[in-house]
Amino acid sequence: MWDRAAATAMLLPSVVAIAVFVYGFVGWTGYVSLTRWNDVLPNYAWAGLRTYADLFDTFRFRIDLLNTLRFTLAFLAGCLGVGFTLAVLLDRGLRGEAIFRTIFLAPLAISFIVTGVVWRWLLNPGSAQLGSVGINLLLERAHLGALRTGWYTDPRIGILAVALAALWQLSGYTMALYLAGLRSVPDELREAARVDGAGEWQVYRRILMPLLQPITLSAVIILGHISLKIFDLVVAMTGSGPGFSSDVPAYFMFDTTFRGNHFAQGAAIAEVLLVLVALLTVPYLIYSTRAEAGR
Amino acid sequence: MRRDRAGTRAAAYAVLAAASVFYLLPLYVLAVTSMKSFAEVSLARMWALPSGLYFSSFAQAWHGNVAHGFRGLSANFYNSVKLTVPATAISAALGSMNGYVLAKWRFRGSEVVFPAILFGMFIPYQSILIPLVQTLQRLGLYGTLPGLIFVHVVYGIPITTLIFRNYYAQVPDELIEAGTVDGAGLWGIYQRIIVPLSPPALVVAAIWQFTSIWNDFLFGVTVTSQPDVQPITVALNNLAGSFIVEWNVQMGGALLAALPTLVVYVALGRYFMRGLMAGSLKG
Repeated sequence: MWDRAAATAMLLPSVVAIAVFVYGFVGWTGYVSLTRWNDVLPNYAWAGLRTYADLFDTFRFRIDLLNTLRFTLAFLAGCLGVGFTLAVLLDRGLRGEAIFRTIFLAPLAISFIVTGVVWRWLLNPGSAQLGSVGINLLLERAHLGALRTGWYTDPRIGILAVALAALWQLSGYTMALYLAGLRSVPDELREAARVDGAGEWQVYRRILMPLLQPITLSAVIILGHISLKIFDLVVAMTGSGPGFSSDVPAYFMFDTTFRGNHFAQGAAIAEVLLVLVALLTVPYLIYSTRAEAGR
Repeated sequence: MRRDRAGTRAAAYAVLAAASVFYLLPLYVLAVTSMKSFAEVSLARMWALPSGLYFSSFAQAWHGNVAHGFRGLSANFYNSVKLTVPATAISAALGSMNGYVLAKWRFRGSEVVFPAILFGMFIPYQSILIPLVQTLQRLGLYGTLPGLIFVHVVYGIPITTLIFRNYYAQVPDELIEAGTVDGAGLWGIYQRIIVPLSPPALVVAAIWQFTSIWNDFLFGVTVTSQPDVQPITVALNNLAGSFIVEWNVQMGGALLAALPTLVVYVALGRYFMRGLMAGSLKG
């Protein structure tokens, strides 16, 4: 009796807070997206799904979805590739491992705003008066001047420049996930394969990579949902970019809602984002909490 | 441990060294630019070492420059401290209580409540910003530090609950039973047995929350519009977006904003890693 009251008193405030501030607010945003509130003052006149239909016809939103796709593919491929490679190298038990790990993970401690400010200067295209700057200057000095580009000022690159900064910041995370995974594989398994005549490459290809698949899945889901939500880095580094080439839905939402007062449109963008994130994370959430309960 | 051939090992070191250069370059630029004197700051000499240690860029980023008409970040740095410390403490306390009940006192529906809470850490916050602003305005908390603290506490509940629940799940049930035999109830067991066992999880949760609240931008920029209330990330973004501020001052400001979390990371990296792993739900 007392225990039940105590448990309720401990858990209920948080449950109520999440119920209201997550689920209630998501519902309210959904309601706003179905109204005609596109001015400073609230207007709850019913508009139905019209805002959504218009949204998918909007040039900027279509580019945003495409940018999100380009960003996600580049960012994920980069993080998985770099993370896996570094983890495999560190797993060999080289001297100095701890120092390398500390260096690779340091960017994770920094805010996206700081990262954006620094990378905006690193990927600065330079100008006729200034000459080359940042990475372009390094390329020039290394006699690789032909590789200089306009980075985020070049509409063909746009969001991919932001993906490079995001890769810098978060690839250490995949390295850490893979390294933990590799360390959990018993040495006997590798030894057995070697006794059977498998080469180093085959040990990775046949034994370790299949065992690491669950880790790849977690990494794809965690990084994928980060890339759907990417916002701070775009704000600090590029903004929308030329021809919206570095614009993303989260930035469009903030821009149209709080600068343009198009609340219904902003709410609709937010709900589209939420659905995309939910499709990615909910199955994973249910699976991992169930799997744990069964343990 | 396997023996590598010398050649393989050299190749591995070469790749790791190249990767280290990639990860350190931005930090190098951040550090050297902040140390340069105003006379030697030119974009063409971006990669050059400073001729000496000048802290004038820091000083300007910190105090601002009245003649150039921009504010320094000192007040915003303190805002971030005043915001991060209580928000971290309160959300960790809530996470500890939730985690304990969810790990040790299974009730009907607890297997639904837990993932439902966790989903709160994945949502794009854009999907709650409009009602959040409306609600804070109604409560008179909009544009204030207490309002921002409140927001960080609420949206910090999922991750802190996860960290503590996974930690408490490893506490042997026998300890709880022993407490019950001694006549202690749920609250008594929490106070006398669970809380004293909590420091390892508390450190992980506190570091995680400190880092993510300090680094937050979206809530800060949405909830606070007055420059004297804004946290440092928001003020830094304004500073960096201003054409009148020299870029070495921007870098000085960026380093100021990055230092607290970097110091925590270097000093307590092990616990930082555990939070990172908890975030991928793998406990």
